[in-house]
Amino acid sequence: MKYLRQFCIILLFSFLGEGLHIILPLPVPASVYGLVLMLAALQTGILKTRQVRETAGFLIEIMPVMFIPAAAGLLNSWGVLKPVFVPVAVITAVTTVFVMAVTGLVTQGIIRKGKKKNESISE
Amino acid sequence: MKAFLSDSVFWGAVLSLLGYEAGLLLKRKFKMAVFNPLLIGVICVMGVLAVGHIDYDSYYEGGRYISYLLTPATVCLAVPLYEQMGLLKKNLKAVAAGLISGVLASLVSVFLLAKLFGLNHAQYVTLLPKSITTAIGMGVSEELGGIVTITVAVIIITGILGNMIGEVIFKIFRIQEPVAKGLSLGAASHAIGTAKAMELGPVEGAMSSLAIAVAGLLTVIGASVFAGFM
Repeated sequence: MKYLRQFCIILLFSFLGEGLHIILPLPVPASVYGLVLMLAALQTGILKTRQVRETAGFLIEIMPVMFIPAAAGLLNSWGVLKPVFVPVAVITAVTTVFVMAVTGLVTQGIIRKGKKKNESISE
Repeated sequence: MKAFLSDSVFWGAVLSLLGYEAGLLLKRKFKMAVFNPLLIGVICVMGVLAVGHIDYDSYYEGGRYISYLLTPATVCLAVPLYEQMGLLKKNLKAVAAGLISGVLASLVSVFLLAKLFGLNHAQYVTLLPKSITTAIGMGVSEELGGIVTITVAVIIITGILGNMIGEVIFKIFRIQEPVAKGLSLGAASHAIGTAKAMELGPVEGAMSSLAIAVAGLLTVIGASVFAGFM
């Protein structure tokens, strides 16, 4: 019964997220609302991690599979994509690499600067 | 055969899972970024549909139950995020700076390349939300007058690409901090990148989950500003 209860709690938060998505006029998807709600419940202690841990772990582990149906739907978008394919492909590839590098390097740079400072203080 | 498949609700789900398993097998065997289980899974499904002249709708009849789990799975990202809350607070400045520069990098690079290729306004705004999660990106594209179908396609391709090349990028740019890796995957390729981050470790996964939400919301604001530039 443990998994059933965990799944029930997770679906409940998904449902609450859906509710907020319908009520609030912001461009935030139900899943992000649900995530924030669950995080708030964990932070306040209303929800304990052991009440969802195993099922949450399973769902997160199989997450890549969940993108397959939508991605296979690209087959149907080929018609609209074809005329702009070259610029779109180049822009997609270049910007993805660029965003990854910038985000990673900026974050790492600041973390390392902080670490160095701490080290010099403790010396 | 076709009639049989269009009556079945399970074959679409089975095909997706088998495709993914095939990808896992290839990855274990060759250990190359190209053999990304998600990519192989998608190619398997597309291949079967194309070769068998099977309607996507017939496949999606079963596939939808896999997609159905996406919202609950995203909600569950709250668990690793909660467990890494201490680390997040400790690195708040680095996290905030990383995400803001990531979102700006995305918007600026799309703008410059769109100018270079001479895209029109609709095509340009279609690409602006390319790095954020589909549900938010679709809304942004629609709001700004983009072509939503292309936005969805580009978002998914961006996700798969980031999932595939993430580890290579980290090697090239010597990105070693788990926090930086996680944010990078989430900011550049949303939930599909987060799936990879989860494989790398709990810190990477938590930071990537955070990036989906924060980068997504920052892009909503940023894209509406950048839309006015062209």
